[in-house]
Amino acid sequence: MAIFVDENTRVIYQGITGSQGKYYAGLNKAYGTKVVGGTNPKKAGTDVDGVPVFANVAAAVEATGANATCIFIPAPGVRDAVIEAAEGGVDLIVCVTEGVPAHDEAWFFNKLQRDFPNTRLLGPNCPGIISPGKCNIGITAGHIAKAAVPGAKNVGIVSRSGTLTYQALYELKAQGIGVTTCVGIGGDPVPGTSFIDCLAAFEADVETHAVMLIGEIGGSAEEEAAEFIKTEMTKPISAYIAGQTAPAGKKMGHAGAIVSGGKGTAAAKMEALLAAGVKVGANPTEAGELMVEIVSSL
Amino acid sequence: MDLFEYQGKQFFANYDIPVSAGSAETTVDGAVTAADKVGYPVVVKAQVQVGGRGKAGGIKLANNADECREHASNILGMDIKGHTVEVVWIERASDISEEYYASFTLDRSAKKHLGMLSAEGGVEIEVVAVENPDAIAKIWIDPVDGLTEQVARDWVAAAKLNPLATEGAVDILVKLYNAYVNGDADLAEINPLILTPTNKVHALDAKVSLDNNAGFRHEWDEYEATQERDDREQQAFEADLQYVGLEGSVGIIANGAGLAMSTLDVVNQAGGSPANFLDVGGGADAKKFIKALTIIDNDPRVRSIFINIFGGITRGEEVANGIVAALGEIDLKSPIVIRLDGTNADEGRAILEPHLNEKLQMAPTMLEAARVAVSLASN
Repeated sequence: MAIFVDENTRVIYQGITGSQGKYYAGLNKAYGTKVVGGTNPKKAGTDVDGVPVFANVAAAVEATGANATCIFIPAPGVRDAVIEAAEGGVDLIVCVTEGVPAHDEAWFFNKLQRDFPNTRLLGPNCPGIISPGKCNIGITAGHIAKAAVPGAKNVGIVSRSGTLTYQALYELKAQGIGVTTCVGIGGDPVPGTSFIDCLAAFEADVETHAVMLIGEIGGSAEEEAAEFIKTEMTKPISAYIAGQTAPAGKKMGHAGAIVSGGKGTAAAKMEALLAAGVKVGANPTEAGELMVEIVSSL
Repeated sequence: MDLFEYQGKQFFANYDIPVSAGSAETTVDGAVTAADKVGYPVVVKAQVQVGGRGKAGGIKLANNADECREHASNILGMDIKGHTVEVVWIERASDISEEYYASFTLDRSAKKHLGMLSAEGGVEIEVVAVENPDAIAKIWIDPVDGLTEQVARDWVAAAKLNPLATEGAVDILVKLYNAYVNGDADLAEINPLILTPTNKVHALDAKVSLDNNAGFRHEWDEYEATQERDDREQQAFEADLQYVGLEGSVGIIANGAGLAMSTLDVVNQAGGSPANFLDVGGGADAKKFIKALTIIDNDPRVRSIFINIFGGITRGEEVANGIVAALGEIDLKSPIVIRLDGTNADEGRAILEPHLNEKLQMAPTMLEAARVAVSLASN
């Protein structure tokens, strides 16, 4: 099993005619993802490397039975693209685009929650989601992930960072550990999907036996995750928090990665996770080693 | 992006929020001329993006031209917590009956906008929050609904402002919310929001931080141009690199913000101290490495450079070729240690191999590379 996406996920790409959209739709398709279409109102009826282009999400869903979309629209158009996707009827919206204004994110997060409560948004500013061997949506290099092995002890990954996620996938693969699903929730202030959403899904997924969580400075998502872990999670977790030595008041690359007013420090997040029984590594390598220990003890 | 007070007041004025008339000046003569025009008494205010200006002597009342000249010459060039004062804001002094606090910001946890209003203004809100949390009336606003006048009215009542301030406060709060949302601010704060003896409500200060991601729909060139950046940050800004200047001696380049933060962590854990944060992003463009390496190597603090690359879709050999091409074009003073892992790392390492020497080393893991970089920096 896997969470959120699997072999039955049928994906369209909003912005498939742009260079990024075309490139990653192609890579995702080559990985084996069911890439069924794309959208561009001006190029409906054409195709991109054999993938049909539709005028909008509703038309694409109607014609292809798509249940997920991946957004590669430039930041100014993301607000409309998200709403178009929700109105079009997909279950999952993966928004890779970075640089989306925080006010737009806050607006469409609440709009979706109110009017489209069954639509899941992942991102913006996220690498996407991969259930290795089944479905890869976004910009993750699929070949660095080892698919979950039936009957073995498999791991789920949830992360705010792209490159650190790839590193986690790579290290688990090197250790022969399979991954059910790896979710990049993104580094922005208002992510559509939270750590808690993913932890709850992994807890319910019978094939996932342990979870690796990669957090960052800024906000309080990791502290909230720790509270959830304390009361709701039975599966063991290893974690790493990036930015332990980041200076206060500076945005560290991601819009959401900032320590402000003494809040959002890595130390506070690590402490909260430790108190919730999570094994916390001082660096990504250590978190990977802790996961190997966890898996071998299961 | 943080605005100076004078820019924040211009920003507020664009949304019809009442602020004092005034002028931003960079010279003593300019300050006096502006004060003559505004009319005495005036307040001379240091324009720096750091709290505690008043305590540092950066805010002074002047009753006449001589006093204005004296204060402006003291304040211009003054150092306040490491920030040099280059601009003073001259405004007509206000008569104050009461001081309040009002702000809007995003509550990342609630995923709603958070409004804070307090009858205890003029002091740091963090202090009020600790010492007398009940004195802050908070509301959470759904961005889809916005802030209505009725909600603002109830909120003002809950904050127990002087009833004489109600109408003015409701008006300003609705306008401030409008400025915060339509102006794409991360923070819009008025402290103090004052009530005058004639029962006018008025923004006496302006603290505004804008969301850089929303720059495409605003004219923010002037704000961008006046951002406080050190030389390194200015170069990085011009080169369009994700860079933060730090005080240590190990220069850092990584691909990905998370990995770059993580690189700072391991350098510290190895007993060293990073000179910067730099996310070079995806891809393997030699030009990007040239820009990044040049900025880092120009930094007099830097004693060694740690390039930390994890190949994903961009393959190891592409990145290695990019680095080799960059190194062929520039002559660096600091030694480099590279950690290259991920997709096709072996192929990438084979490309780097013939170029290795005492100034270009390679390490098999991130932790080992950090140790080497730290030891090179201390030699």
